[in-house]
Amino acid sequence: MKLDAGIPGGPLQDKWDRHRFEMKLVNPANKRKYHVLVVGSGLAGASAAATLSELGYQVSNFCFQDSPRRAHSIAAQGGINAAKNYQNDGDSIRRLFYDTIKGGDFRAREANVFRLAQVSVQIIDQCVAQGVPFAREYGGLLANRSFGGAQVSRTFYARGQTGQQLLLGAYQALEKEVSRGGVRMYPRTEMLDLIVVDGHARGIVVRDLVTGTVSTHLGHAVVLATGGYGNVFYLSTNAKGSNATAIWRAHRKGAAFANPCFTQIHPTCIPQSGHYQSKLTLMSESLRNDGRVWVPKVANDRRAPGSIPEAERDYYLERKYPSFGNLSPRDIASRAAKEVCDEGRGVGPGGLGVYLDFADAIRRVGEDRIRERYGNLFEMYERITAENPYATPMRIYPAVHYTMGGLWVDYNLMSTIPGLHVVGEANFSDHGANRLGASALMQGLADGYFVLPATIGHYLATAQLPAIGEDHPEVAFAREGVADRLQRLLNVRGKRTVQSFHRELGALMWNDCGMARTADGLRRALTRIPELRQEFWKNVTVPGSGNELNQSLEHAGRVADFLELAELMCLDALHREESCGGHFRSEHQTPDGEARRDDTNFAYVAAWEHTGSNTPPVLHREPLVFETVQLATRSYK
Amino acid sequence: MSESTMRVTLKVWRQAGPGQAGRFATYTASDVSPDMSFLEMLDVVNEGLTERGESPIAFDHDCREGICGACGMMINGVAHGPMQATTTCQLHMRSFRDGDTITLEPWRAQAFPVIRDLCVDRGALDRIVQAGGFVSVNTGSARDGNAIPIAKTAADAAMDAAACIGCGACVAACPNGSASLFTGAKIAHLGELPQGQPERGRRALSMVTQMDLEHFGGCTLFGECQVACPKAISIDVIARMNRDYWMATLFEREGVATGGDA
Ligand SMILES: Cc1cc2nc3c(=O)[nH]c(=O)nc-3n(C[C@H](O)[C@H](O)[C@H](O)COP(=O)(O)OP(=O)(O)OC[C@H]3O[C@@H](n4cnc5c(N)ncnc54)[C@H](O)[C@@H]3O)c2cc1C
Ligand code: FES
Repeated sequence: MKLDAGIPGGPLQDKWDRHRFEMKLVNPANKRKYHVLVVGSGLAGASAAATLSELGYQVSNFCFQDSPRRAHSIAAQGGINAAKNYQNDGDSIRRLFYDTIKGGDFRAREANVFRLAQVSVQIIDQCVAQGVPFAREYGGLLANRSFGGAQVSRTFYARGQTGQQLLLGAYQALEKEVSRGGVRMYPRTEMLDLIVVDGHARGIVVRDLVTGTVSTHLGHAVVLATGGYGNVFYLSTNAKGSNATAIWRAHRKGAAFANPCFTQIHPTCIPQSGHYQSKLTLMSESLRNDGRVWVPKVANDRRAPGSIPEAERDYYLERKYPSFGNLSPRDIASRAAKEVCDEGRGVGPGGLGVYLDFADAIRRVGEDRIRERYGNLFEMYERITAENPYATPMRIYPAVHYTMGGLWVDYNLMSTIPGLHVVGEANFSDHGANRLGASALMQGLADGYFVLPATIGHYLATAQLPAIGEDHPEVAFAREGVADRLQRLLNVRGKRTVQSFHRELGALMWNDCGMARTADGLRRALTRIPELRQEFWKNVTVPGSGNELNQSLEHAGRVADFLELAELMCLDALHREESCGGHFRSEHQTPDGEARRDDTNFAYVAAWEHTGSNTPPVLHREPLVFETVQLATRSYK
Repeated sequence: MSESTMRVTLKVWRQAGPGQAGRFATYTASDVSPDMSFLEMLDVVNEGLTERGESPIAFDHDCREGICGACGMMINGVAHGPMQATTTCQLHMRSFRDGDTITLEPWRAQAFPVIRDLCVDRGALDRIVQAGGFVSVNTGSARDGNAIPIAKTAADAAMDAAACIGCGACVAACPNGSASLFTGAKIAHLGELPQGQPERGRRALSMVTQMDLEHFGGCTLFGECQVACPKAISIDVIARMNRDYWMATLFEREGVATGGDA
């Protein structure tokens, strides 16, 4: 396997423009002869499907929910970044680029990130034109807020429902194309394998989740926009259905998986309340614009927050990182929370929580302003915890939130399988080892509206793609493989529920491959995961049959894939003998507990190649070359 | 945080597939913590069913944060249950009492056929959007975001309507099974904004026509929909839809579009 990122030459700021000129175009009259299969209808998938159809391609779009509008992107709360510099506070494309590279702890590609920053500006224009109701100032202009890891105000938002509004914009564009006949939509349909013919991605095997029918779809290119794999941890802020199956199946078919261990733990989530917990709820990072994070100065202080005087509180983020304070990046804020809780200073049940306190902000701007900014988040908090955050500080704790790792893609967003393109959270490309807040929405829409529609044309214009039919041996083979695997899951008829396996895997991953990782812990996990996987295939119970709506069967397939992916994550975490971004190896820290990066040995993307079920994956390295930025120790002090 | 646990009896609609006969089945959920979400309580019941080799209760859900609109069921005859402005997934067991009997049914509406147990087919809502619930701008043709100043009040009003999550509770709560709150919300969202003006009349005509094609009932302003709406969308959007619709029937020259097969 050869990794060639295909980064265009020339100065950083000219690369994308130059590349767009150098790429081959598909003749407009020929576009309708090409059929593109887009899997996923979140921000990345819906924007890609709509735009490709607008350009004239035939598009089929798939999602497992009952409507494309319900993709996990809908849940994004806080906002989307763009280098508009509307606030005149010193922002620029170069600054957004630099903040993102630095935020990612120098583990992302310069050229991709620079393009992202360039395109960010157009995204906002596009969304406004679609009628996305972004927040406005009284003068009628767009409003902004700040997010972690930045000292400028560049985040655009629609109350606490930015993802919803952006997704509805993309969804509406998609439905416009459905009604025009350019897109065929397949909801409640799950992709279970990729079809590769003569080395090119040519189709997918899907299961109709209502009837259970397994069928194939063939086309000229496949786009995976299937989101992140945070649910490998069982408890995360992701929607319950979010899963790794599409990218994992593609990985098994030859797509390299890059930086699987780079996961993001978000500092501000509602703490777990019981063993029955089914997911964790994020409290948007935007709250840290006005909320102050603190814990009692001494351990085991059980007083109510209101009775702890100012002098006995430790506003630890403000103390440790005076220049970024409460807006320190996520990995740093999460680790700091873990540290104070490990010291016994955590609050709430089990001491697993810290306060996020709005009292000062309410005193400063009034409760009404705070309600206007975060009303829906405060309500959600109260609904879940039965505590009123206007009166008493929120309790928050870190939780798994986002996966920076994903399928390896080149500058054109194409994986190591020609024709297989990967967009949005499903790829690895732009966030390095830590994603800054409000930049996933930006990346998903950059990929889907602007980058992929340009690059896929080049692939279609240059690849040799003979016609294939359902009877092609590879097609039949893939379809039968999927049917067999479903039957195998149903036939185990063991004693343990899918859920219990998922929970056990999640707990194991959280303990050994979570906020802080050690070689010992990772080795332990690497012994335990294959055992658990074996037990799964011997002892799982999946009631019902394959030819009906069967949610246990859906879940079983996903957990079976998580049980394989988890091992690769631990292997990757073990091999990366450094701490960077969200990957914190306890062995590699500075005396004051900060991450110690090793640029000499690890300034590369780790891309893993699948070699078979019983043989270890092979590591390929894509060196990261920094021409513009200087590798520096990331400091937010 | 409460310590005591409770025990509730569930009467759940079980139906194996579309068009098949359904029936109520009774289950007991014990050791229910008041801090559990309603769906977590169902998860526990489903774990028990699975362990006994019975098929678990099918229900749609995804985000469990009240935003994706996937979840939704009639809980004791009320769409999304007893708590106002709250989706089923955001309902917590503290809204119930020890010893309660809770009846669970799918959305009941002609336009939402049952697929299995508590899952229904809400595809009709997507087809209403396909008919005209968008602004026809292709990617790449937009001008600068600040080129069109929009009064904060208009942006806020648009956002109030755009908050709709498309769950279908309004339809389920309506004695006529009308989708007017859903359709009105989209018409109001886009109609409040300058970007939505060029297609305003055509949008209202097309979306309302599609709504009729899909066998949703007519609106007689019962107002049950706004009570059931988990996002508290006001029935004012229906008045707005009606106004846009009648204006368009008078002045719109172009034909309507539809969202395809009903
Ligand atoms: C609670 C929360 C809040 C967030 N807030 C922000 C924020 O404020 N700003 C920000 O920038 N980012 C935020 N993020 C991150 C951001 O929302 C996600 O990274 C982003 O939306 C992912 O978009 P996507 O299009 O890549 O994938 P998704 O939105 O996850 O969509 C995946 C799609 O793939 C489909 N799919 C998956 N697998 C299959 C399969 N096998 N077959 C068929 N279809 C499949 C699904 O049906 C779905 O349509 C937040 C994330 C969470 C969890
Ligand atoms: S599960 Fe998403 S709204 Fe309830």
